[in-house]
Amino acid sequence: MIGTDLLGIEDLERESIERILHTAERMQEVGNRVVKKVPTLRGRTIVNLFFEPSTRTRASFEIAGKRLSADVINFSTDSSSLKKAESILDTARTLDAMDPDVVVVRHGVAGVPKRIADVLSAPVINAGDGAHEHPTQALLDLFTVRKRKGRIDGLTITIVGDILHSRVARSNIYGFIKMGAEVRIAAPPPMIPAAVETLGVKAFTSLREALDGADVVMALRIQNERLSGTYLPSVREYSATFGIDRETLRYAKDDAIVMHPGPINRGVELAHDIADHQHSVILDQVRNGVAIRMAVLYLIAGRQERSFG
Amino acid sequence: MRKILIRGGRVLDPASDRDETADVLIEDGKIRAVGPSLDATDAEVVEAKGCWVAPGFVDLHTHLREPGQEYKEDIGSGGRSAVAGGFTSVACMANTDPVNDDPAMTDFILDRAQQSSPARVYPVAAATKGLKGKVMTEMSALKAAGAVAFSDDGKTIMDAAVMRHVLEYSKLVECPVITHAEDRKLVANGVVNEGPVSTKLGLPANPSLAEDVMVVRDLMLAEMVGAHLHIAHVSSKGAVAAIRAARERGVCVTAEVTPHHLALTDEAALGYDTNTKVAPPLRSAADVLACRAGLVDGTIDAIATDHAPHAVHEKDLEFTLAPPGLLGFETAFSVVMDLVRRSELSPLELMRRMSTNPAKIIDRPGGSLAVGELADVVILDPELRWVYDPAKGYSKSQNSPWAGKEMHGRVVATIVGGVPVYDVEHGVL
Repeated sequence: MIGTDLLGIEDLERESIERILHTAERMQEVGNRVVKKVPTLRGRTIVNLFFEPSTRTRASFEIAGKRLSADVINFSTDSSSLKKAESILDTARTLDAMDPDVVVVRHGVAGVPKRIADVLSAPVINAGDGAHEHPTQALLDLFTVRKRKGRIDGLTITIVGDILHSRVARSNIYGFIKMGAEVRIAAPPPMIPAAVETLGVKAFTSLREALDGADVVMALRIQNERLSGTYLPSVREYSATFGIDRETLRYAKDDAIVMHPGPINRGVELAHDIADHQHSVILDQVRNGVAIRMAVLYLIAGRQERSFG
Repeated sequence: MRKILIRGGRVLDPASDRDETADVLIEDGKIRAVGPSLDATDAEVVEAKGCWVAPGFVDLHTHLREPGQEYKEDIGSGGRSAVAGGFTSVACMANTDPVNDDPAMTDFILDRAQQSSPARVYPVAAATKGLKGKVMTEMSALKAAGAVAFSDDGKTIMDAAVMRHVLEYSKLVECPVITHAEDRKLVANGVVNEGPVSTKLGLPANPSLAEDVMVVRDLMLAEMVGAHLHIAHVSSKGAVAAIRAARERGVCVTAEVTPHHLALTDEAALGYDTNTKVAPPLRSAADVLACRAGLVDGTIDAIATDHAPHAVHEKDLEFTLAPPGLLGFETAFSVVMDLVRRSELSPLELMRRMSTNPAKIIDRPGGSLAVGELADVVILDPELRWVYDPAKGYSKSQNSPWAGKEMHGRVVATIVGGVPVYDVEHGVL
């Protein structure tokens, strides 16, 4: 994987996923030390190029890079480039001239990391693009499930919520299917993407049926602006029909775990007490995110020697 | 005046159903004779053995960008690109800046065409002032100035009452009303065809339903008022079926399809190349098949390019922000030749859809090699292979999904009004 882009789970082989998960195990050990730092990426420059507001993912990449001793630079252009209609490719070329070793890209429009990767000499890691992919999120979700369940193969994963606008859903669908799980989605009909079965999932509009026998229940964040309008009538209606609470959770397996990529709208996707429920692994996801991002940075930026002359 | 003899080509004249090897003699800007072994005395001889000789192509749908966006294209560069693609006449849409909604603007476009374009230019005027869908334009004054049709093109008239009156009023001037039929509410912010591809790409989806419902609405309005409706760039299976049914019940409707909607599916967008972003979007394989079948069975009359130049820096934006549209002229013939190679259309029938039918729709000369007609002629080599490089083309822009692709079949010479304006060896003359 050295020097290659990580643009999505769709393009990853199962072996590569295994390798990342395996590497993350070792990286997690670094996080348990008193001095949480190894010299692996000393002298390497990681640029976080975030065109969309992000606290969690950016912080996670920054901590991961720093634990590997890389120099981490944050470019948060927010949406200023959109307003100026500056070419994203110009932004990429400018950045390339500064010679980074890895560029982590987050953008609100699908496809931007790919277009940037096409012109950049440094490898690009997609940290989320529009409703396309968020590969490190899926990897940390796979890691979390495997740690909890001991396996992924043969499990039933139910993803609930705004599938249409969700990059987390797409990356997880690809990832869990590649690793041998069955993936179901449950959403109000306007939030189910066209021809979603072509991704290999079964779509449900009944939460109860979707959760029946599930090992993993993954709720997605509903963006506030979509909570009342033409996708959904109201928060109350959504939480009553697709919210995960103790009662609906009973349809899943007794030992089912509850996941959420965060940030959570408590009382909307998850009942107030579910996030703290014994079966919730939401904070594990965050914790594991650092190890996964360390693994990805290490595998992509590690060990390559730059030539001088 | 020049006298030119095009010798030994396969003459394809849809107007007279002629398909035979013959010579074509041009004199004083007109077709003087068509037949075997014509006398070449005093004539410049163009050898056309192995080539097709047909009426120059007529493009019903183009954007020449002048005035206002000359950095993308102007009437001169657009005209040169047109003749390099075999188009001797092009109709240009009204979405310039300022909009062509006033006779003075139509005059200006025709003046500029006179000065700078080797192709004939026929302005399509706006149907409503400022393309705002509210107040009708002065159609009789615009027609007197030279407008050949009326359209708000991409700014689809959403108000059905306004569209009704536009269609009614168009009967006064006997010009077609051209509709870019997409319900803008259903399109919403969609940028790729809704289906497996939009789901995979995670880009906002534009359903073919948006086209279907607007085509049906406009067909019903045209049927009620008895006006000539022309449907631009048909791209969906549902639209083809609706037009076919309307023709069967006698609605006065004509339609066009673009080379890209005949040749490419939405899968072309899988790499997020903004040069595949177009309105309406590239659609599913089933839609492409329906469009091809519609073109073959006559439901769709004409091939039009929707030549829509945009600058490189504009297409370098995010997929959602990049403007829709792609270059059409210089690749059109090579792309649609696929229909002949797959035996879906005969060469003669392809030429009919490239020249005779579109000329008829806007009631302009051309599209015929009959003696006495305008000598607008194209010579085509159906077998010539070449690699398309938009940077070496005549448009000011380069936004083509066929950049760097090998093409099969090429325009080798174009003659407008008896004057050679392009040949493959020297380029635009």
